[in-house]
Amino acid sequence: MSLESRTDSVTFTVNGRAEEVRVSPRRTLLAALREDLHLTGAKEGCGVGTCGACTVLVDGRPVLACLMLAVQAHGRSVETIEGLTRDGVLDPVQRAFIEHDAFQCGFCTPGQIMALQGLLRRQPDPSAEEIRRALDGNVCRCGAYLRIQAAALEIARTAEARRPGRPA
Amino acid sequence: MPRIVRQKIEFEGRIEERDVVIEGDDLPVWGATETLAIVGTRVPRVDGGDRVSGRARYTADLDPPGLLHAAVLRSPHAHARITKFDADAAERAPGVRLVLSAANAPRIPWYNGKSWLFDPELRYAGDEVAVVVADTAAQARDALDLIEVEYEPLPQVLTIDAALAPNAVLVHAEGNVLGGPEQYERGDVEAGFREADATVEMHADTPDVLHHSMETHGSVVHWSGDRLTVWDSTQHIFGVRRQVAAALKIPLDHVRVMSPFMGGGFGSKNGAGKYTIIAALASRQLGRPVRLMFTRADESQAAGKRPQSAQQIRLGAKRDGTLVAIDYRGASNLGAYRAIGSPLAGPAKELYACPNVRTEVVNVFTHTAPCAAFRAPGFVEGTVALEAAVEALADKLGIDPLEFRLRNYAETDQVLGRPYSSKFLRDAYERVAKAAGWERRAPAPATAVAGHGRRRGLGMGTQIWGGAGSPPAYAEMRLNPDGTAEIRIGTQEIGTGAKTALAQIAAEVLTLPVDRVSVSLGDTDFPYAPLSAGSQTITSCGPAVRMAADEVRRHLLDAAASVLEAAPNDIRLEAGRLFVAGVPERGMTVAEVAGRMGNFALSGRGFRGANPDGVTIRTFGAQIAEVEVDLDTGEVTVLRVVACHDVGRVINPLVYASQIEGGVIQGLGMALREEHLTDPDTGTVLDLGFDSYAVPRSSVIPEIVALAVDKPDPIANNLGAKGVGEPPIIPTPAAIANAVANATGARVTSLPITPAKVLGALGRLR
Repeated sequence: MSLESRTDSVTFTVNGRAEEVRVSPRRTLLAALREDLHLTGAKEGCGVGTCGACTVLVDGRPVLACLMLAVQAHGRSVETIEGLTRDGVLDPVQRAFIEHDAFQCGFCTPGQIMALQGLLRRQPDPSAEEIRRALDGNVCRCGAYLRIQAAALEIARTAEARRPGRPA
Repeated sequence: MPRIVRQKIEFEGRIEERDVVIEGDDLPVWGATETLAIVGTRVPRVDGGDRVSGRARYTADLDPPGLLHAAVLRSPHAHARITKFDADAAERAPGVRLVLSAANAPRIPWYNGKSWLFDPELRYAGDEVAVVVADTAAQARDALDLIEVEYEPLPQVLTIDAALAPNAVLVHAEGNVLGGPEQYERGDVEAGFREADATVEMHADTPDVLHHSMETHGSVVHWSGDRLTVWDSTQHIFGVRRQVAAALKIPLDHVRVMSPFMGGGFGSKNGAGKYTIIAALASRQLGRPVRLMFTRADESQAAGKRPQSAQQIRLGAKRDGTLVAIDYRGASNLGAYRAIGSPLAGPAKELYACPNVRTEVVNVFTHTAPCAAFRAPGFVEGTVALEAAVEALADKLGIDPLEFRLRNYAETDQVLGRPYSSKFLRDAYERVAKAAGWERRAPAPATAVAGHGRRRGLGMGTQIWGGAGSPPAYAEMRLNPDGTAEIRIGTQEIGTGAKTALAQIAAEVLTLPVDRVSVSLGDTDFPYAPLSAGSQTITSCGPAVRMAADEVRRHLLDAAASVLEAAPNDIRLEAGRLFVAGVPERGMTVAEVAGRMGNFALSGRGFRGANPDGVTIRTFGAQIAEVEVDLDTGEVTVLRVVACHDVGRVINPLVYASQIEGGVIQGLGMALREEHLTDPDTGTVLDLGFDSYAVPRSSVIPEIVALAVDKPDPIANNLGAKGVGEPPIIPTPAAIANAVANATGARVTSLPITPAKVLGALGRLR
């Protein structure tokens, strides 16, 4: 049996829900999400890990889904942009993106937001420099960078203000 | 009564005469004193929720049942003939349904008859050789490797110089120059130079620059009987429809093209690609929907580019700074097929008052990938040459470069000999100078500074461009019984915020909150609208939307008059409420009036009126860049760019600022980093994606101050607006180049301004 015609079962959690897909060994996580699970929020901008449009969280950390095999996601927890909106209510980062006009065509936006989510999980009140560095892998050809940074800084400031022992 | 009017239409830097249909009288212009409640305010994008949530479905996200996937085999040679083609193994590969090539595809003329959809003669590395259609994208790509092709390499020309050399290999039988040199002259340039007290002369070169839209080019197509549906990542659904119908020889009404969301185009998606036609042929043959999306490597080879330019400019001025002569020559490397030349000479001809001007532009064919329009084609390149020469000449005369510009301010369009509809460039100069602290600018050192350390400098660039928009464009509106309103218009939202601006315009007319107005676009079933390019979407479509909303408003007033038992002339509409003039309590809301109609929608239709006769409509602007140059490494860091543009009335200041920032950032990339590389020996493309082609990223973005003149144009169209899409990229590379020269005295006018070029100009490169 050729490697290509072999399929493996991958069971994992996607946006809090248990999922199972049968995939060939070389199928990427991005293809599994987009084509098997119809979660098309994560985009293929390059397919080779250079643009960040496919960024999702795996066990809470940002990952380029085009560079991870679906089988590597077995037993792990994947979060995509679709998981951020609960009952139609946008999460604070999504709202900040809209308020700051942090996108134009919007194609890279799911990746930008998930990369930022990854940073905020690790560091709830990042500095401007930390934000710039964390998002350096996410290309926005329309050039919304400054607005993305402004949206991110607003979230960071809110987090800092909420931190216990700090004046509001 | 509809009438056909012949108008001079400006589009993408070129003037053409066009017959346009005008259906009647336009609405009066929203003038400077008009009080507007929604237009001119910072309304967040109406489709923001779709775009931040992953709900927005782009072309590659569509997955109709039975979808098949396609991949493209491209020529490895810059110029070759296919001598043997064998797809047997590929056709037998797992999942493969079809291989299309010159061997089996219908001969469909392409590139204005210069080639075929599949041409056995390949004229650039990346030219389409074959397309595989398979059950999965991976299977289609795998099968490409199984196609056996033998090529007979042919002699090639890759550069402007080679294409213009005597006895050069011809790309096309008609010759290597598109339509012959484009020449323009006014006054007597030689006499002008004799009058001049000072002259400067310089070269300016700009490289091939790639659009690299985040969403690659591609289509999903599906036949239902003899009717074809195309989802396309495009800036021009009606253009795609026409090209597809013509290529497949089917009636226009059998083709529906949709592009509800698209991920950027910047000029590269102004029409149908071969991919659309190929997908349609395959889909028809296989009876299944087909998706053909470019990979990023495809995008790097065959999706268009801003063409490389080679320019030479000479300016002459009197001691007092009066410009007396401009002599400009430019050449543009169009690649193998582009049918429209680059308007490189536009700025030199028109930006400054000068009695003696001579320009010549040569557009050259080479065996490289065809170029495409790219955000202000020609003008970005031409502005580098002109504005660099202007600052060099001002410095030479000891006149502040801004003062020099003001002394040569063009009050009228000297090319067509007529006034501008409005020109507030002085305001833009004044505002950028103040915000950027231009008075700090010290004259550039007379000789290049080759010391140690870092030096700062300021440089300016001026922008002139069209952006008038024109007829035809149409819109429909209906007001529902619950007081919500819907706009339908066959334009595109390419990321510029068009949908939001159109919703604002309609909401303004009906005095409704923006969230009560929905805009549907990107579908050829909707009223005709032009391509989203040339900074014309809002200026073409917005006036039609306003008129459609105005018709609904008039019906609403009539309905309210009947319900309120008053004369229609006595009904007022304010803040969503209709009432009798002078008796505010005798009134009802828009929703209440609409609701009285039962399940019936008040309808309106609007069209784009004619452009005013006898005037030239232009956008203007100025930018100042502040840079820091490391004299030891040659590295240039842009610290800040201050921009101010005269684009008439600003519909949405929030989205306006985004457009400005985006244009500046693309201009910055072009100034310092971006260069699409073709191997000078083989003609193959050396950068196949973001790893080797340096688009600007988050960490290199400077502070950008986006100012607006924000004065309505009194006559351009009923909104008083001009376009904003292209203007902000135009002066950025010039401003950065000037800032580097100001900092160091070393003038680099070959983009990108790499550390090596800076060190070379400083005389420090050994």
